[in-house]
Amino acid sequence: MTDQHEPADITTVTADAPQMQPLAKDPDAMANKIGLLFILGLICFLGFGVAYWQDAAFWLYGTLIGAGLVALGSGFIAWGKYLLPKGPFVEERHVLASSTEERTAFSAALMERGVAPIKRRKALGALLGGSLGVFSIVALFPLVRSLGPLPGDSLATTNWKKGTRLVDINGNFIHIDQIDVGGFATVFPEGLQLTDDGQAIDQTFLIRVDTEPFTTAKGREDWTPSGYVAYSKLCTHLGCPVGLYEQQLEVLVCPCHQSMFKVREAAIPTFGPAPRPLPQLPLAVDSDGYLFAAAGYNEPVGPGYWERP
Amino acid sequence: MTATATPRTKRQKKEAAGPYGNVGKTVDVLDERLGFAKGGRVFMDKIFPDHWSFMLGEIALYSFVVLLVTGVFLTLYFVPSQRLMTVPMDFPYKPLRGDTVSEAFYSTINMSFNVRCGLLMRQMHHWACDIFVASIVVHMARVFFTGAFRKPREANWLVGVTLLILAITNGFLGYSLPDDLVSGTGIRIADSIMLSIPVIGSYVSFFVFGGTFPGDIVIERFFIIHVLLVPGAIMGLVGAHLGLLVRQKHTQFPGKGRTERNVVGSPMFPVFIFKTQGFLFMVLGACALLGALAQINPVWQFGQYYAANISYAVQPDWYMGFLDGLLRVMPAWEFNNFGYTIPLEVTFPAVIFPGIVFNIAMAWPWIEQQFTKDKQMHHLLDRPRDVPHRTAFGVAFFALLAILFIASSTDVLANFFHVSLNFVLILMRVLCFVVPVIAYPVTYFICIELQGGGSLMGKRKRANVVVRTEEGEYIANPSDPRPGDAHEELDATPVPTFIIDEAVVVEAEEVVSEGGVKVAAR
Repeated sequence: MTDQHEPADITTVTADAPQMQPLAKDPDAMANKIGLLFILGLICFLGFGVAYWQDAAFWLYGTLIGAGLVALGSGFIAWGKYLLPKGPFVEERHVLASSTEERTAFSAALMERGVAPIKRRKALGALLGGSLGVFSIVALFPLVRSLGPLPGDSLATTNWKKGTRLVDINGNFIHIDQIDVGGFATVFPEGLQLTDDGQAIDQTFLIRVDTEPFTTAKGREDWTPSGYVAYSKLCTHLGCPVGLYEQQLEVLVCPCHQSMFKVREAAIPTFGPAPRPLPQLPLAVDSDGYLFAAAGYNEPVGPGYWERP
Repeated sequence: MTATATPRTKRQKKEAAGPYGNVGKTVDVLDERLGFAKGGRVFMDKIFPDHWSFMLGEIALYSFVVLLVTGVFLTLYFVPSQRLMTVPMDFPYKPLRGDTVSEAFYSTINMSFNVRCGLLMRQMHHWACDIFVASIVVHMARVFFTGAFRKPREANWLVGVTLLILAITNGFLGYSLPDDLVSGTGIRIADSIMLSIPVIGSYVSFFVFGGTFPGDIVIERFFIIHVLLVPGAIMGLVGAHLGLLVRQKHTQFPGKGRTERNVVGSPMFPVFIFKTQGFLFMVLGACALLGALAQINPVWQFGQYYAANISYAVQPDWYMGFLDGLLRVMPAWEFNNFGYTIPLEVTFPAVIFPGIVFNIAMAWPWIEQQFTKDKQMHHLLDRPRDVPHRTAFGVAFFALLAILFIASSTDVLANFFHVSLNFVLILMRVLCFVVPVIAYPVTYFICIELQGGGSLMGKRKRANVVVRTEEGEYIANPSDPRPGDAHEELDATPVPTFIIDEAVVVEAEEVVSEGGVKVAAR
């Protein structure tokens, strides 16, 4: 293409061949420029040393060492490109495959020396295979089975039971007068607000939608005392906390993939990839005015999984 | 003065040492003991074809070097533990003072604020990872569009795709380690994806987390996989990748003096070593500059992960974008039959779709063989336009991934353009189908168009000499072609034997005789 010379054979080329000459028209001028790049690199590295020693801002010494490396690298490349033999050179591409005789001889040796005598002992082979098979299965016991407990029904259960009182993240009970209409809080089962299970599984979104009880779905008439409603905070899509409440539209929004759930209508999903409504926690009020769960969740919370009924 | 007398002057010493001086002596000493001169010469003579696109793989290799160096530095300070502790009251970043955080999170912010160069190393590590995966993808696209994966290089293509999968996996694992709010949510999503696998999903999840999410062991497990198992596998496969490259030699673009039976370019020693060594420093420098000047993953702003907390408008690292995008645009199709659930709205985007993508990628050399019936050895590369169907497929494939990538920020797009989120989502669903379907034929016809046109490939720009005539008129005349750029007749490419067909050969010969340089196979 732009090559001015025919490629020279790399194995026989001599020092006076045109391909061995530098590409630069004026090699000395080029050497000066490359020298400047190396000096620039040197200055940057020294600057880095000083900046580090003086505990300068990290972006300053980072820039210095980065600039130094770029200058050094450019000089290196320019040296290789402009001052070393410009080429082009050529080498032969030898055929990778062996000759037919060598290949036949290899197959023959493989077959006669090993494969054929081994194949003769079919029973031994079966025993070896069986034993290796059993080994590879039992090896999975420590390598896989030991990694964790079996799921059992733990994905289907939460710590919410009949009578569990609601607490906020600081462990305070929720009083019926505490939240105004439009307000909300993330609640946990009493005593579990700081535990992994309480946070990851039991987290529940409590919203005061109204001052009066309302019905989210048939059969849930008395689940919303004083207009309070509680849904599992775990998105039924991928288990992100459904942490956005759009007050005007009365819609819960999952910040991860924007599923939306209608708060007044049993949290049915109206938009996005979530397949199911958020499970609703039936609420009740005790004689002191504090909220508690009238029952646990009646279905598994969170995303779908195979064993989910 | 005889030759055997003790050399006294500098010049005599030089003469006595033989024509190659100390270098020659060292080679003598080593070769007598190791016998490396013959093999070393072959290695030294290895030719690297010159083309800028062959540098993309080098970016991947050198960003991996950056990852190893900075990664080792980070392990000296990182504590892979979910045990909770209190941030000291004299911590430099005031908003976190007195907070209860995990040791993993604390050690991450501690190395960012209290270790000199710590933040630089952390940011370099993260940037190098983004560059690593990006350069693998671009390198892979180069190999794909030029047909470098064809026989005999199918195995190296497989190694390459595996490296990409490992790189993405390790990127996700490393991103998860600081135990901050954003990465913790990422792990939560990964858990839900595991749960979505039919039959074994809940077991996979419980074995990974040692129980229910989040448990107290996942950071430790991710840590050892991230710093030992996957990097070890990557190193081994990089070795295999380069070993196969040396064994099978480089591909090259067609051009003057280049045939299927040779390699034209620069030798390993000294030209390529100088260039590639310089390039290592350039990649290092680029990572350092990015790490110094472009903030990435400021975990102290996100805070410690608590399972009941959530952040908003957060996107994952770019290489996870297509997964996140598909999770958003996938309709809510969950199936519940016979008392079991298949959450297809998760299983399809996060398990089945990547499975399809990477399986097509792995199987591509053989898929293409099914269509072309081409079983020949290929060391000369294709120009993308000359293989329009492959090029069109590749463009459509990347177009789909690009749409999915864009779809991973539906919320940000809706906010930015002040349009409804519903509109953006439905638009993305439509584009997922429309864009690839349009991209294929458009690319195909562009390729066909380009095949017909005269090529400027490899020609250097010619100057336009503007001349003022005596009448005051200006005329621009292109200057003469530079040496080597002028039109020249090439030998007709022989028609490959596998498509030899009397009629075709006759037709091809006719075209050659008429048009000179044009060689039409069909």
